Amino acid sequence: MVQERPLPTFTATPPQITQEEGLIVYEDMLLGRYFEDKCAELYQRGKVKGFVHLYNGQEAVASGVIKAMRSDDYVCSTYRDHVHSLSAGVPAREVMAELFGKETGCSKGRGGSMHMFSKEHNMLGGFAFIGEGIPVALGAAFQIRYRKEVMGDASADQVSAAFFGDGTTNNGQFFECLNMAALWKLPIIFVVENNKWAIGMAHERASSQTEIYKKASVFGLPGYEVDGMDVLAVRAAAKTAIERARAGEGPTLLECLTYRYRGHSVADPDELRDPEEKQFWRDRDPIKRFEAYLLEQSLISEAEIKSIKSKITDVVEDSLTFAEESPNPNPADLYKYIFAED
Amino acid sequence: MAQTFLFDALREAIDEEMSRDQTVMVMGEDVGQYGGSYKVTKDLYEKYGELRVLDTPIAENSFTGMGIGAAMTGLRPIIEGMNMGFLLLAFNQISNNAGMLRYTSGGNFKIPVVIRGPGGVGSQLGAEHSQRLEAYFQAVPGLKIVACSTPRNAKGLLKAAIRDDNPVLFFEHVLLYFNKEDLPDDEYILPLDKAETVRTGKDVTILTYSRMRYQVMQAVEALEQKGYDPEVIDLISLKPIDYDAIGASIRKTHRVVIVEECMRTGGIGAEIIASINDRFFDELDGPVIRLSSQDIPTPYNKGLEDLTIVQPAQIEEAVEKIMLGRL
Repeated sequence: MVQERPLPTFTATPPQITQEEGLIVYEDMLLGRYFEDKCAELYQRGKVKGFVHLYNGQEAVASGVIKAMRSDDYVCSTYRDHVHSLSAGVPAREVMAELFGKETGCSKGRGGSMHMFSKEHNMLGGFAFIGEGIPVALGAAFQIRYRKEVMGDASADQVSAAFFGDGTTNNGQFFECLNMAALWKLPIIFVVENNKWAIGMAHERASSQTEIYKKASVFGLPGYEVDGMDVLAVRAAAKTAIERARAGEGPTLLECLTYRYRGHSVADPDELRDPEEKQFWRDRDPIKRFEAYLLEQSLISEAEIKSIKSKITDVVEDSLTFAEESPNPNPADLYKYIFAED
Repeated sequence: MAQTFLFDALREAIDEEMSRDQTVMVMGEDVGQYGGSYKVTKDLYEKYGELRVLDTPIAENSFTGMGIGAAMTGLRPIIEGMNMGFLLLAFNQISNNAGMLRYTSGGNFKIPVVIRGPGGVGSQLGAEHSQRLEAYFQAVPGLKIVACSTPRNAKGLLKAAIRDDNPVLFFEHVLLYFNKEDLPDDEYILPLDKAETVRTGKDVTILTYSRMRYQVMQAVEALEQKGYDPEVIDLISLKPIDYDAIGASIRKTHRVVIVEECMRTGGIGAEIIASINDRFFDELDGPVIRLSSQDIPTPYNKGLEDLTIVQPAQIEEAVEKIMLGRL
């Protein structure tokens, strides 16, 4: 059995969530899970093409952070971007239609699985290369401070969140952006989703210092180690980071310890990872855990769970029907969107 | 009217646009307190403050990406490459994010960013500081590429680039910053996609850009003495290329000589020859002649450096050769 790094226990004030907030988070996590399960099925059936990276197991991170943010805050993702987009408010229909390459997709069928964008929802993208989204998220954060201080816009108190994995933390853009964010006190949250594996490269084989949160202190920003399988812990840490950023006090790094249940992408045979390791993490499933919490706190009933699951199933099915029935882009528009005037 | 250096013309363009539009800002290495390595942002830090003239750490790929993120969310950054060669470190951000992101996002975001700075072969600066990145970047979709060559066009083009809603790579030449010229007193803006006719003539079309314009004009002086009447076109826009202007000239002269500072292989001239063959083959009296830099890293030694880039005598010889070919 692989020796697992002990998951931190959350010891600050007991996590509190209202019933309304709890249900939003629960539904969001379920949507992420069901949506990805459907993607896997569609890929197997040859309906969805390209490189497809699924988020199963990591839902507590997207839901925990993004559902603690406001709708006018910015979200920036990687190639594993379906669920960040959903949490940011991009309708399932638009994400699914994008996977089908349809004109109704959030990127008009030009982007695909790894390039989800939505200006309307401040979803800055789906970036396919490691680390390239971090500077973009930093640019959004710079813009917020600029609008506030240079342009005197009192409403400029948004926050930008950059999501990326453990593999990215060995890339220069990670260090460069931590430095600039701390230097200029920019309102950004660096959310590391440490799922232990960069495709087939184990984190401890790639990083001399495996505890990523400790790297923040070198640049003078707070870094927290968070149980990424516990949505309440993620949410509590995110709230602290968001409040700090909104108050103009600067960036925070959150290292969320999590796991992807599936291979790196649907094309990955996933033969390297120990079945015992996979089981260790599945036993800590964030959705089951949060569901148990909601039941225990009497914030939800078994009947409500059933009805929510059925509702989310319908949302995913509806997104599929929408995507299948949507038109392909017009061949005459092949060159559309190259330039701003198009 | 006052004589203005090219670097100062650029500075005036940035100053005027910053005072006109609060979303315009400059970022890069030593652009602020130091005033820019070629003084293009001199005194702007004092005038506009540290957020609008942002001194960045030496982190080209990250600050370029940051400029792009700021452009996606409403600002109009001017990113200075202290030397354009350094932006090889930002190739990914310029290509994937500045160039392709609008398309990949299905039109969700526009990226009004100017990426500018000195390029070209200077005076014994060695290979790494003597690059012509325009040739490397020409294949990236979504970019506009401009090369200024005089104080007048530098100012008018940079103002247009700042106002453009697309990413513009704006090449200045390290040896042209101290060229001087009278500038118009009134505000003016020049189109980004139009070539500039430097000299009208009927014998041969010489296509050139950036500093090679001056090598060409030296050659033209000698050619005039010999009774030749060449037409000289400064391309200005390297992407898209102004084929209307090129076509109109070819229909008149039927002969083309291309003079460029980029390397021969995969250069701007290679692309232009291919397109001239596609569009104007029937108008040509003979093959297009291309004078480019040698396909080598630019050597430090002065004699070898001179051999690497095109010299006026070679241009003269090429024009005489193409003219004799007609006889």
